[in-house]
Amino acid sequence: MHEVGIMQSALDAIRQQAVNHGATHVSRIVLRIGTLAGVDQEALRFAYEALTPGSLADGAVLEIETVPARAYCASCRAEFGASRGFIFECPQCHAFSGEIRAGRELGIARLEFP
Amino acid sequence: MNSPAPLPTTPESAPDYHIHALTGAATGSTRDLSGPLSAEITAAFAASPDGEIAVRSVDVNIPLLEKNDILAERNRGYFLGRGLTALNLVSSPGAGKTTLLERTLDEFGRQHRCAVLVGDLETDNDGQRLSRPHAPVAQITTGTVCHLDAGMIARAAQSIDLDGVRILFIENVGNLVCPASFDLGEQVRVVLLSTTEGEDKPLKYPPIFKSANLVLLTKVDVADVLGFKRDVAVENIRRIAPQAQIIQLSARTGEGMAEWYAFLQARAGRR
Repeated sequence: MHEVGIMQSALDAIRQQAVNHGATHVSRIVLRIGTLAGVDQEALRFAYEALTPGSLADGAVLEIETVPARAYCASCRAEFGASRGFIFECPQCHAFSGEIRAGRELGIARLEFP
Repeated sequence: MNSPAPLPTTPESAPDYHIHALTGAATGSTRDLSGPLSAEITAAFAASPDGEIAVRSVDVNIPLLEKNDILAERNRGYFLGRGLTALNLVSSPGAGKTTLLERTLDEFGRQHRCAVLVGDLETDNDGQRLSRPHAPVAQITTGTVCHLDAGMIARAAQSIDLDGVRILFIENVGNLVCPASFDLGEQVRVVLLSTTEGEDKPLKYPPIFKSANLVLLTKVDVADVLGFKRDVAVENIRRIAPQAQIIQLSARTGEGMAEWYAFLQARAGRR
């Protein structure tokens, strides 16, 4: 629901990076998004199509790296993949975990300037 | 379009990012270039002795915050600076947020100065219900917006006198979906689940419960009449939100209210 705002923030940050690197265009944008970040990738791509024409990212390739959710089990002292929705159940001892170790990422990982 | 300046291979100071030059796959292509980058690519070809274009790939690792997150962080700093604890109360409509706050202001609110920001789509009914001479209250009417956001909280917080206030209650719009995505800058997120709802609400609306620090199981005085299984509800909350404290209470009979006040007391003392 707030993907347009996120993409707007991304373009602002990219504009700043382009200035820092003496570039006027960006040719590839790699975003890193965790499965728990609450971001819908379809909606984000839609926002990208809507916001980039005429900007420094016009025509740039948008790549999205998905970071799978991982949680930590305090009794087993081990991380485990939490791919099944919002219930983080340790595969070893079946305890429920509230400690999220990965999956909330939302950021720009890499940029390519021509 | 201007041709780009010669590309630096390494920047002067690059403490937090890495640059590695790659060779592009465009070598030997006979296709005409078009599009917004064509002029730059052509210029780069012209400047390149061996016909290969160096693409600068920069690892930047920039976290993205949208506007609400930035305003929420600002609110959090403001609340911390004033030495008050803000609680964001979220639930379905009718779960008992206002009734809980009425009693809390009448009892706990007489020992510790509290204030309330209350959100609804329309009417100031809840603001009126909560008005007490000893507690500042501001009503936020959102019109068609289904949640409170950090900007509304910043403006509403400025509208009341927060001097001496230790606990700021934010009663969110009754909605179990959208408020989950909007950080208001609160220190504590409280999710209410009433016994008039199903025991499986946490399983059906997991994001909001996942984000809770405290879950209040409300209206427990009528649980038996309704056939509401408290142990099943608690088990479901634990599956989604093992990090959350759970308090079972009834604002009507007073059951569990002491535990709720102890929770508030522990936070009202923090500076």
